[in-house]
Amino acid sequence: MRNAWIVCRRELGSYFTSPVAWLLVTLYSLIFGYFFWVYLQSFLLQSMELQMMGRIAPTNINEEIIRPLLANASFIGIFFIPLISMRLFAEEKRNGTIELLTTSPVRDMEVILGKWFAATILYCWLVFYSGISFCFLFIYGHPDWRPLAIAYLGIVLQGAALLALGTFISTLTRNQIIAGAGTFAACLLLWVFSWVSSFNPAGWAQVLAYLSIITHFESFGRGVLSSKDSIYYLSVIFMGLFLTARSLESLRWRS
Amino acid sequence: MITVHDLTKKYARTTAVDHISFSVSKGQIVGFLGPNGAGKTTTMRMLTCFFPPTAGEATVAGFDVLTQPLEARRHIGYLPETPPLYLEMETVDYLRFVGQLKGLSGEELNRRVAFVCERCAVGDVKHKLMGKLSKGYRQRVGLAQAIIHNPDVLILDEPTAGLDPRQIIETRELIRSLAGEHTIILSTHILPEVEQTCEQVIIINKGKLVATDSVENLQARFRGVESILIDIAARTGAFSAPSIQERLEQVAGVSRVVCRDQQANAAVFEVESDKGRLVRGDLARLVVEAGWDLNELRPAAMSLEEIFLQLTGAESAAASTSATPENNA
Repeated sequence: MRNAWIVCRRELGSYFTSPVAWLLVTLYSLIFGYFFWVYLQSFLLQSMELQMMGRIAPTNINEEIIRPLLANASFIGIFFIPLISMRLFAEEKRNGTIELLTTSPVRDMEVILGKWFAATILYCWLVFYSGISFCFLFIYGHPDWRPLAIAYLGIVLQGAALLALGTFISTLTRNQIIAGAGTFAACLLLWVFSWVSSFNPAGWAQVLAYLSIITHFESFGRGVLSSKDSIYYLSVIFMGLFLTARSLESLRWRS
Repeated sequence: MITVHDLTKKYARTTAVDHISFSVSKGQIVGFLGPNGAGKTTTMRMLTCFFPPTAGEATVAGFDVLTQPLEARRHIGYLPETPPLYLEMETVDYLRFVGQLKGLSGEELNRRVAFVCERCAVGDVKHKLMGKLSKGYRQRVGLAQAIIHNPDVLILDEPTAGLDPRQIIETRELIRSLAGEHTIILSTHILPEVEQTCEQVIIINKGKLVATDSVENLQARFRGVESILIDIAARTGAFSAPSIQERLEQVAGVSRVVCRDQQANAAVFEVESDKGRLVRGDLARLVVEAGWDLNELRPAAMSLEEIFLQLTGAESAAASTSATPENNA
């Protein structure tokens, strides 16, 4: 595990010494800030209208702002995840540095875990910036922090799962753009798989819906820590890393 | 230190390395010679456990590359054809990273990083981003990362490719100075490099082992005709190269005489004779009896280049003969 940590530290270093991490966090904050502003404005407008009509304003900030916002945050995530994961192996393959990693006394799994963990940390760091907006809610209102925390856990788990898939796709090519596009397609498909079940009650549609990443976020978004959904995310992570390991191994046998 | 037995690597349609066997003993520098696409890099990648062989076995420092790859890798320093540098990192951070990957830590890591920086003369670019380094520096950083964990075996894939002549000389000297403490295999298609740096040479072509021997033996083995260089000077004024040449040609057993160099009262001739005929004594007697000075009489060694061309393909035979004068001069 020491080796995984060494790889992870180097990986984080290269995210942060290049403009990648800073660009991503700027864009993420910008987009999330816009969403926050829109939801806040519509919430304020709504409560003002209700007050003028003489009714008691609905003051559930959790339901009105935090929940839809975090659902959006998890959606914004799927645009950023390919950008984070696409370089992980594709860049090493292109630069030939993969030869250094695979000829060092390090296990493949240690390299994979290190890289995936670095990507997950970067994603957490992006998401952390969205938390700044929520600080304002805590200053001016009294939202419940527990559902917020669980929703964040959901976002991080979801991100980690998609990043594991992205890591796998990154091993398939030496072209970062192909890796990024492939990851984006996979993320988007996993997102919309659930739509089938809304009009088709067949068994396969249910399976597809279960595979969809969004159906498992709902409970987290409501502030429910569901073991079923956690297990889904953990198994996607496991599968992604497992496929990565097999793909790296096949690289050795084929290339 | 390295033993290779019937090593084979097959790709989907081609056989890149075909049943090659050789061994390298401790402290030697071995040149791995072959034209492009001969299977040099493939063999090296199998030795470094980058990928496994299709058949056969190889051990490095006593560890089998297939069954004990982690232990084997611990004893190998590897410089691939393009140095594996992370261009967005500073040199010293990179060397520390590689050192850690190879299992160094703490005070030992600091010491080794300082040592390789000095040894490979990269100290003055310690804090530069590697993307900004010149090709020569990149190559040296590549060498530095290969020796950082003081490996028993160094595997260098075309270490001088793409360098300017001065850098080539520096790199060769560096490599030679590393021999003794490390066992070195270096691949190249530049022949003088092998002659200058290596003690032993392994020639492969189209995946097959063509020859493995010491550099001197190889040169001796492939001297087709006995070729002798003879340097003659006139004692008195009268000196005419054509007439001397004529007289040399009359010696029994001599098949051809070529004038290589000619000055006012001295000339160098290359005398070719049939293999196995000893003509040196006759030549010397002729020169002395004719009243000339015999300044030098030595066998003209065949350069590795000719051997290489002879071994690696009939199609280059023509090139070999046309290249002879320059190479032997």
